[in-house]
Amino acid sequence: MKPKVVKDYKFPQSKEEMPFGPGSEAGVLIEVNSGWRTFRPVIDHEKCIKCLICWVICPDGVISKDTPQLEIDYDYCKGCGLCAHECPKKAITMVKEGENNEQC
Amino acid sequence: MSSAKTNKRFLSGDEAVAFAVKLSRPDVIAAYPITPQTVIVEKISEFVAAKEIDCQFLHVESEHSAMAASMGASLMGSRAFTATSSQGLLYMCEMLHYVSGSRYPIVMVNANRTVAAPWNIFGDHRDSLSQRDSGWIQIYVENPQEALDVTIQAFKIAENPQVSLPVMVNLDGFVITHTYELVEIPDQETVDKFLPPYQTTNKLDFDNPKSLSFTASPEWQTEFRYQQYEAMEAAKKIINQVDEEYGKIFGRSYGGLVQEYRCDDADYVLVAMGSVAGTTRLVVDKLRAEGKKVGLVKLRSYRPFPKEYFQDLGKKVKAVGVIDRDISFGYEGAVYTEVKAALFQPGSQVKTLNFIAGLSGRDITKENLTEMFTKLEAIDKGEKEDEVQFIGLRWA
Repeated sequence: MKPKVVKDYKFPQSKEEMPFGPGSEAGVLIEVNSGWRTFRPVIDHEKCIKCLICWVICPDGVISKDTPQLEIDYDYCKGCGLCAHECPKKAITMVKEGENNEQC
Repeated sequence: MSSAKTNKRFLSGDEAVAFAVKLSRPDVIAAYPITPQTVIVEKISEFVAAKEIDCQFLHVESEHSAMAASMGASLMGSRAFTATSSQGLLYMCEMLHYVSGSRYPIVMVNANRTVAAPWNIFGDHRDSLSQRDSGWIQIYVENPQEALDVTIQAFKIAENPQVSLPVMVNLDGFVITHTYELVEIPDQETVDKFLPPYQTTNKLDFDNPKSLSFTASPEWQTEFRYQQYEAMEAAKKIINQVDEEYGKIFGRSYGGLVQEYRCDDADYVLVAMGSVAGTTRLVVDKLRAEGKKVGLVKLRSYRPFPKEYFQDLGKKVKAVGVIDRDISFGYEGAVYTEVKAALFQPGSQVKTLNFIAGLSGRDITKENLTEMFTKLEAIDKGEKEDEVQFIGLRWA
């Protein structure tokens, strides 16, 4: 099971809302981390066979398979490049930020 | 009177702990042998080999791994046990903080042994006291029977939802770990009722995925630290409650955070942790027979520290001596510092002395203890004494 991504995370507003110790629901993306990125993954949908390996291994769960084509949420993608590295069809290219941005 | 069915066995402290572990039904035991804890691990191995304990027994390669594996077990929602001593405790130091900060109720027995150098395998409290701020509850026991009883109690204290902190049960190396006495072993059915299986939501779960032991930024770390602070404060009440409940069921209780002996009208009291409390009782009886108003305070819980008890004691007695099987170089005995800070309240006239004794396995004799009481009377009568005294020191 892939954890649900919760993008509208609210920080605790009271003592009662604090998690019990340093543990809480997984898959909670609380801050846009696109600013961490030097390279962005760009999917070539002509080559993509939808094997979903990228969807499985994305550490932040930001690749969506619920759209006709796989989509990467660039607000939360930190640009680690695991998807590009693991893609068996070499359908994902890491493109330097600021270059070819029109593709996305 | 207890209604529990029991049987008595001639056991060492280490063996008594192993029986307590068996009765507590841990799911995972990860331990590395070290003198004087080794017999605990050996005896548990025998139980596991004979299928008398249904658990995963991990023979790890180090104490750091022992605690890391225990933490892994606990974060899967398992009841985890480990045991160590001295250098081993120091080696797992990093993991001690990880476990308490993540709120995993692991129970560990520490066979108190001094730390090198000079190399020495015998008992004092320098190992566990050096871990004061690791966020672990620390309880010190007096004999094999108390070691067994408190090891069972420790799981109940640790797993209480208000506490959810790891507990370290400390027993004096050799004097308790290797000394045999008749120990009453409770029956499994009664222990099962007292200590039901561990239940928690603080665990990994496929149906409810969690991120555990996560990072907290400077903006949020303080709130998590406050949770640990509150849990330790709550533990003061829970330690007393669990001890009381245990007493009602099994017929033995130990006073919770502290246990007094003939303190009601005492002028001079000694504060002691661990096995020396037994010898001190004999000395108190002897001096009482001579008309001296003396008493013993057995300090059982070092963390959480029974501050309120000592604040009250400081108003009632004339002089307090603290026996430290420890020395914090550059100041005084670590127990003394804590007791003194609580004793001295506004208006308090109590006088105090620190007795550094029983280091690295040296005996604390009845003569030593009599001398301590004599010195407490002397400072009360206005005589000058050095505040920190090394008992039995050959020369200064």
